[in-house]
Amino acid sequence: MPLTYALLVLAAPASGHASLTAARFARALLARGHSLQRVFFLDDGTLTGLASAVAPQDEQAPLQQWVSLAEAQQTELVLCISSALKRGLLDSAEASRHERPAATVHPAFELGGLGLLVESAQTADRLVTFG
Amino acid sequence: MTAPAAAGRKSILVASRHAHPGSSLPRSALDTALAAAAFDQPVTLLFLGEGVLQLLPGQDSGAAGVRNLRKVLDSLPLYEIETVYADAAAAAAFGLPRDALPPQIEWLDAAGMQALLDRHDHVLGF
Repeated sequence: MPLTYALLVLAAPASGHASLTAARFARALLARGHSLQRVFFLDDGTLTGLASAVAPQDEQAPLQQWVSLAEAQQTELVLCISSALKRGLLDSAEASRHERPAATVHPAFELGGLGLLVESAQTADRLVTFG
Repeated sequence: MTAPAAAGRKSILVASRHAHPGSSLPRSALDTALAAAAFDQPVTLLFLGEGVLQLLPGQDSGAAGVRNLRKVLDSLPLYEIETVYADAAAAAAFGLPRDALPPQIEWLDAAGMQALLDRHDHVLGF
């Protein structure tokens, strides 16, 4: 039976393998015919959306893994807004509101409140944490 | 028993297993539980492993420049999170004085925690 999944990512992209594991899990569930409603990034997980991250050439870049999921599968990628702002992750609206020089969030991600995570808990069949 | 899966609502268990203030995860766990409660979703908190240290009384994190989480914990009944579950073996291992801990705690052994996890629709591990 196809299930609706949502993921919660707490791990920072450059700390260990959890972020890459989450992206692989996302691909695997889609490949099996399930649907992925939303990926919610919270706490250090919000660093995943940092547009300026540069991975070493011989390593997989978590940012690219997530961006390609968003582009190919229309997966919604949401950064918790309060976790994100603390860590300097701003879209253009927040950058101008807080008078910061530039937006830092990759356009494949959006900022949103914890209510979206709570909503996912109600609407998804499975909500899986990676942290 | 807490977090009845009322009227088709899915229950959420927020499991907090890091000590504060050395990690930002305890705060994120509490924020998540409070957000769920604010949206009237059935939510339960479980402190396990090092997470039980968040329950210690007399925390003064002001000098460290971070928010005192115990105050947030004491405000949980205002959000209708009446019962909080905690890992009895971890509390014993860390020598926590039970009489100084928040009164709404229900202590669980390993089998109790297993049953708690089992009766929730979603488990979010912080």
